[in-house]
Amino acid sequence: MSVNLLSFDHVAFGYSQARPIFSDLNYQLRRGTLSVILGPNGIGKTTLLYMALGWLQPSAGQVLLENRPLQVYSRAELGRRVSLVPQTERQPYSYTVLEYVLFGRAPHLALFGAPGENDELAARQALARAGIPELAGAYVDQLSGGEGQLVLIARALAQEPRVLLLDEPSAHLDLGNKFRLMQTLSDLRRDGTTILMTTHDPEIALAVSDETVLVDGSGSVTVGTPTDLLTADKLSQLYHLPVGALEIRSSHPGVTLRRF
Amino acid sequence: MNEDASLLKARPDRARKKWVWAVLVAALVLLLALSVFLGRYPQVGFLRLSQLRENLLAQLLVVNVRLPRLLTALLLGMVLAASGTVFQMIFANPLVEPGFLGVSQGAAFGAALAIVFFSASAALVQGMAALFAFAGLGFSYLLARRIRVGSWLLRLVLAGIAVSALFSAGLGIVKYLADPLRQLPEITFWMLGGLASITWTKFLAVLPACFLGLTVIFAFRWRLNLLALDETTAFSLGAAPRRERLVMMIAAVLATSAIISVAGMVGWIGLIIPHIARRLVGSDTRRNLPAAILLGGAFGVICDDLARMLMAGEIPLGILTSLLGAAIFILLMARGLGKEVRS
Repeated sequence: MSVNLLSFDHVAFGYSQARPIFSDLNYQLRRGTLSVILGPNGIGKTTLLYMALGWLQPSAGQVLLENRPLQVYSRAELGRRVSLVPQTERQPYSYTVLEYVLFGRAPHLALFGAPGENDELAARQALARAGIPELAGAYVDQLSGGEGQLVLIARALAQEPRVLLLDEPSAHLDLGNKFRLMQTLSDLRRDGTTILMTTHDPEIALAVSDETVLVDGSGSVTVGTPTDLLTADKLSQLYHLPVGALEIRSSHPGVTLRRF
Repeated sequence: MNEDASLLKARPDRARKKWVWAVLVAALVLLLALSVFLGRYPQVGFLRLSQLRENLLAQLLVVNVRLPRLLTALLLGMVLAASGTVFQMIFANPLVEPGFLGVSQGAAFGAALAIVFFSASAALVQGMAALFAFAGLGFSYLLARRIRVGSWLLRLVLAGIAVSALFSAGLGIVKYLADPLRQLPEITFWMLGGLASITWTKFLAVLPACFLGLTVIFAFRWRLNLLALDETTAFSLGAAPRRERLVMMIAAVLATSAIISVAGMVGWIGLIIPHIARRLVGSDTRRNLPAAILLGGAFGVICDDLARMLMAGEIPLGILTSLLGAAIFILLMARGLGKEVRS
């Protein structure tokens, strides 16, 4: 079994020819790693995630999953291997959490199929792994932002994917929910789930990741350990402003208080 | 293992919802049985069993007039409710209905064209209505592919508005050219909808398309849930959202165009019944689609019963469905429309 689960091999991509996002992206996501993609707004973090999902196709190079190009997988095959937790999600109708998490079983079902008892069991186990088994009967439109995010994670886990992609999972969360999310992600990492997520938040990258991927607009990425890359110098370069990096050695969540 | 068993045990709502199905099926069967005997013969009332046994005219009335009409009303309600559910899911919008995307206006234009320019044989009016209803969807789809702004769904909506407006303008021109004494009333009556002229031939002619459309929609009912989600989310769940939405739209429009070709323009069923079904059994289309089909069938039969009994002359079916549908819509709005689920 290959160590590299997902590989970007000389990948180029741009939404227009005039503005390429990546020109020669090379990156390997190893099995069992929690990797965090960090970078300023609009630099291509979500684009990278969508290429890993197969939703966007590179204009050159290829994305490989377990050494096979993404295009060779059928839709269901890919759905059983890669799942996405979007940043936000439109919920036009009011489902129960269990019904919603069961959608994650779709790639395991035939086109005209519907989930059965085994799928329900898998969905309830996914809820338990996301730390919210008690929410099964609640309605998705009545959840707090943090609970909603955990439901999306549970749905993605119900797909039983090889790699879990998360797009800014902490974007709209308060301090308490952010901490809860980080705990869940740490637990999943301990279980051996391979995770690739984007974030704006260097704190999250430092707290939970094994590996940090910096997207800086150069057309490629810089990969390293969080302690190597999340330094005052590197962050100052990345965001084009002086950044002071403080390390707080505490099991409690940390906040930086600064008055302008 | 114990943990697994305890995970499976907690299913609070399943048993509770069973009675809903029993009531829905029983009510529909009872309604159908009553409707066979109910009507004007010549006064409003029930036919007696003895009349049906002994009176040849009564037998002919039931077998050749009431039965095909009743089954068409049932099919009409089922098709429009199922198609409405499909469209409300695909567009993630509880306010769309199956005539959306140029389908209704296309059918009206096709029927008017046949009435005015092609001497209006009934079969031709039906054929043209069905053809142009489908053309409405086709034009909307092709136009949406050429529009360069917004998401795919927004482009379809914009294309549907444009195509509906074009057919509507075309209908205006055809009506302007129509003979005001002969053809214009016929167009008007077709557009008001009704089942007075239904025969076994007409019913059997549209049955295959309706049956095919309903079967595809029914088989796909759980997966419809995925198509209401964002496109990237549906994709990540292993669906091919654009392809699957197109297949579902074709199935819905196939059945809708077939049934409105014989029933004329019958509105509101496709809008209102999916709402009631969601209120009754929840948002999961695995349950609410069958509920919408049963409720739609019942609504179609009730409206047609009223259409043929309330007055000595028939009330056009479209007027009744609009009247009842709008009244229910107002009631639903007053109780909170949109995320209207909990039972």
